[in-house]
Amino acid sequence: MKYHAAMREALRCELERDPAVFFMGEDVGLPGGIFAQSRGLYEEFGAERVRDTPAGELGFMGAAVGAALTGSRPVVEISFADFFMTCIDQLVNQAAKIRYMSGGQAKVPLTVITFGGAGRNAGPQHSGSYEAWLGSVPGLRVVMPSTPHDVQGLLKAAIRSDDPTIVILNKALLGIADDSEPGVEPIPFGKAVVRREGEHVTIVAWSAMVQTALEAADILAAEDGVSCEVIDLRSIQPLDGELLGASARKTGRVVTVQETVTFAGIGAEVAAEVSRRAFGWLDAPVQIVGPPFTPVPFAPAMEGFVLPGVGSIVGAVREIL
Amino acid sequence: MKEIAPELRLRLYETMLRIRRFEEETGALFAAGELPGFVHLSIGQEAVPTGICAALGHEDTITATHRGHGHIIAKGADLGRMMAELMGKRTGYGAGKGGSMHIFSVDLGVLGANGILGAGQPIAVGAGLSAKLQGSDRVSVTFFGEGASAQGGVHEAMNLAAVWKLPVVFVAEINGYAELTPYQYHVSVPSMVDRAGGYGIPAVSVDGNDVEAVYEAAVEGVARARSGGGPVLIEARTTRWHGHFEGDRQLYRPAEELESLADHDPLTRQADRLVAAGLLGEEGLNVLERRVVEEVAEAVAFGRGSPEAAPEDALLHVYASEGAGAAGAAEVTR
Ligand SMILES: Cc1ncc(C[n+]2csc(CCOP(=O)(O)OP(=O)(O)O)c2C)c(N)n1
Repeated sequence: MKYHAAMREALRCELERDPAVFFMGEDVGLPGGIFAQSRGLYEEFGAERVRDTPAGELGFMGAAVGAALTGSRPVVEISFADFFMTCIDQLVNQAAKIRYMSGGQAKVPLTVITFGGAGRNAGPQHSGSYEAWLGSVPGLRVVMPSTPHDVQGLLKAAIRSDDPTIVILNKALLGIADDSEPGVEPIPFGKAVVRREGEHVTIVAWSAMVQTALEAADILAAEDGVSCEVIDLRSIQPLDGELLGASARKTGRVVTVQETVTFAGIGAEVAAEVSRRAFGWLDAPVQIVGPPFTPVPFAPAMEGFVLPGVGSIVGAVREIL
Repeated sequence: MKEIAPELRLRLYETMLRIRRFEEETGALFAAGELPGFVHLSIGQEAVPTGICAALGHEDTITATHRGHGHIIAKGADLGRMMAELMGKRTGYGAGKGGSMHIFSVDLGVLGANGILGAGQPIAVGAGLSAKLQGSDRVSVTFFGEGASAQGGVHEAMNLAAVWKLPVVFVAEINGYAELTPYQYHVSVPSMVDRAGGYGIPAVSVDGNDVEAVYEAAVEGVARARSGGGPVLIEARTTRWHGHFEGDRQLYRPAEELESLADHDPLTRQADRLVAAGLLGEEGLNVLERRVVEEVAEAVAFGRGSPEAAPEDALLHVYASEGAGAAGAAEVTR
């Protein structure tokens, strides 16, 4: 199944399962989504439950919060993650804090799907990744599936969860496919997964960087005889510190790789978890691989230059061997 | 419009009195240092929430503002749990986590007072959307001031409610000021009715110090929204008596304005009316007064007698579902 089809499949399953679920966003209804990610759902579930919105994210994100407070289970699409900036108050001050401020009376079963990530020459305002911002907000959950299988599983888990959850999909992964079928069970939050077992170095990645990390691991195996373990975080908030610690204790070396700037980023959290849980087992400092401290540029050559690639991961691993 | 029933006319007065005495007591407790943080009082504005909420049923929802005690009391809140929240006690509506600006009651359909201007309006649109999707005839009411009216969220909410024809009643509670500057610093048109026109939302402006006028406008607006007629806007022009927050000395307001505040008193106006109609005499007023003062005193006693929130209660209520938050954080999630 393809990555965007997995999103559609999870939505279809949840819309069918629970009449309280509805889906809304810009062009997701009649037109079927800018990436064809919701094609067919409008015909199947109708204009009320697969709802085209005006292009006003603050308004419809707030409406989703209000709907979640009154017995509905809204799923909202923010087509590009960069657009969060126009509606961040509703996520951070409202959705995330309402349960807390209400002393546990209220719940906000809201799911937000968004497309983040670079690599498509979409320019500085359509290429950002904001998992570090969102993941640092108490009350929000943030997941980032890297495979079609996980899109299904994590999106279903998000929709069934009573907490506001952001599912960040990656534009660069839209074309990928795996052998998953409809009917994937919900994947619990906070569970990372080992994508490749190894002994010498742990490479931690999430979203589009998982594939890059796997390619780097192939090269390191072939050229250096180095066996890399590749961990896909899947869940940013909560973070699976346990698996990170266990892998680091086994390999003694950790490299993390991310699409976003490294300052106050998730890689730093990985490093903190590893040093807290595996300090005595480490043979080298944790390496954090990420782009330089710039917005994501438009021109293909510049974008390719800032994004971490296979070469930068291989280089970082060789540095600590 | 048919006559308002005598019991309701009395009840309107009593609700305003309850808000007034609760807030006066709140001001006194704040001045005495018994309430942490800061408080915004709505003294002088009681007719607006009272008239609006009297037209609502239990199932209908409201979103309130940072100056929201009146809205929440008018929707039926328990004064004791409110006072306990203001005191940061465990028995408060937010178990001490929200405070004055964040009182919530799921049971009463209070979808939050809000510390963020312009945030309640999109949320109210969502409550209206839920009602529509669920086939319910619930109506969603949202209060906001002229200050908040400059927020994009208010504009987006009005647009969205109108495009989707949702059962939302926008109540523009115009009290002359936003923080320390007057209306014309915030709004370019003389009335919120002009704003509503831009979104195709029918609107009326009423004297917000006349509780019966507010009630009548609310009955009409709520009926329209409830019967599928889409959103409406009610502008209620009223007067803020106290400072923006308690402790604000209001040096920016003309002296003659401050001296004439009581001329607009919505309580006096309604009491005079009830007396003139023969519904209430001196004795009746005294009985009401004693009852409400007693109720407020009980609320204070309840608050004072309630247990403090334990420091580690801070760890509760972050998430509804199982599983810890940040890795390595305390395991407690509910
Ligand atoms: C987003 C946001 N900006 C600014 C403030 C600070 N603030 C609190 S109340 C207020 C004025 C509000 O005026 P209005 O909406 O007319 O309500 P009133 O205080 O008169 O009841 C301001 C600017 C805030 N709480 N939220």
